[in-house]
Amino acid sequence: MDLSYYPGCTLKTKAKGLEDSAIASLKTLSIDLVEVQRWNCCGVTYSLADDDLVHHLAPVRNLIRAREQGSKRVGVLCSFCYNSLKRANLLMKNDQVKRKTLNDFMEEEKGYNGEVEVVHILEVLRDDVGWGNIAEKVKISLKGLKVVPYYGCTLLRPQEVAIDHVEKPTILRSLMETIGAEVIEFPYATECCGSFQIIGNPDYITQRAWDILSSALRRGAEALVLTCPLCHFNLGERQQELVPRYSDFKGIPIFYFSQLLALSLGLGSQVCHFELNYGDPLPLLKSKKLIP
Amino acid sequence: MRIEISSQKLQSDFVKKVAEISGQDLLSCNQCGKCSAGCPMCFAMDILPNQIIRLVQLGVEEDIPKSKTIWLCASCFTCSVRCPRGVDLGKVMEALRLITLRKNIDYIEAASISADRLRELPQIALVSGFRKHSA
Repeated sequence: MDLSYYPGCTLKTKAKGLEDSAIASLKTLSIDLVEVQRWNCCGVTYSLADDDLVHHLAPVRNLIRAREQGSKRVGVLCSFCYNSLKRANLLMKNDQVKRKTLNDFMEEEKGYNGEVEVVHILEVLRDDVGWGNIAEKVKISLKGLKVVPYYGCTLLRPQEVAIDHVEKPTILRSLMETIGAEVIEFPYATECCGSFQIIGNPDYITQRAWDILSSALRRGAEALVLTCPLCHFNLGERQQELVPRYSDFKGIPIFYFSQLLALSLGLGSQVCHFELNYGDPLPLLKSKKLIP
Repeated sequence: MRIEISSQKLQSDFVKKVAEISGQDLLSCNQCGKCSAGCPMCFAMDILPNQIIRLVQLGVEEDIPKSKTIWLCASCFTCSVRCPRGVDLGKVMEALRLITLRKNIDYIEAASISADRLRELPQIALVSGFRKHSA
């Protein structure tokens, strides 16, 4: 099955490991991700002001590009892109007045009415592939690897874009259990890492990272698994500030869900780009015999 | 903190502007405090999120742009999904930031970020940061 796919900027650079491992994994699971042609920035944050329509153009144009390819659905990997595209699509579907203004403005595009469905790749794994089918394809079980699922904000909030229960999501737990990992739950699973505050207030992100990571470690986690490139950066890069500050803290590897999925499907570390991961994941993966 | 309340302030342009930009019914908030209880950036705020909406209800605009709070809100929408009165406080925070940013006043300046840091940061951090914090 072919599925239109919107990558977004960060997946082509810092989060290459998220993209390549997901594309390879989905191929193994009989889904070919077909990149949307001429895609542009998704806008990253959905415009929240009632009187600001111009910032909706970027995500809407991407949805139009997907429709031009004849797609009914577009799959997204980056949590920020997912949120921005999904919300913009709902606006075009449900708000007649704003839809008309936006369509009138985009002279070169044909009227768009929110026809394309925006889905996150985790939803595709759950609803299209199914946990049972993934389990059948597992070649290397992650047995013995203790992971905490961390969702962050943009896959779950606001309610109308949530891919799972807003307060008690289970989708990452199900995926991790399917590929054999031992899942540890922790109270920070749906809390924000501080997001773009990393630009102007990095010290507060260091505090957030400590709260989140130390809670995971106290519960016996060996790694954190997530979906968002910004959470990955905030919880990963800040570890260099935490190591000298807390003598007990030795760091904790941060993985994208797709990297662990790819390993379990026997696709090897080449598609995972672990060199871009924070928290030095290789010693842990070697000790669990997941990589040679 | 001493606050002067007047009918003039309650019906000021400021109150109307926040309601208009955010699209929220500000008087729906009954100060239960659930937004502040769940806010992940609360530890660093000088005015709590529920206090911000109270100040807006009363039209006390002077303290808000000076406060760190509206700039520390990361738009995570924890408050928005938990509000029992259906107020989207994330949108109110956005409106308050925009009232300052639309006067062409930046909260962060691109020039203040070093070239090394720019290379390290993922693009989504930069774009969202500048979308939220610059004019």
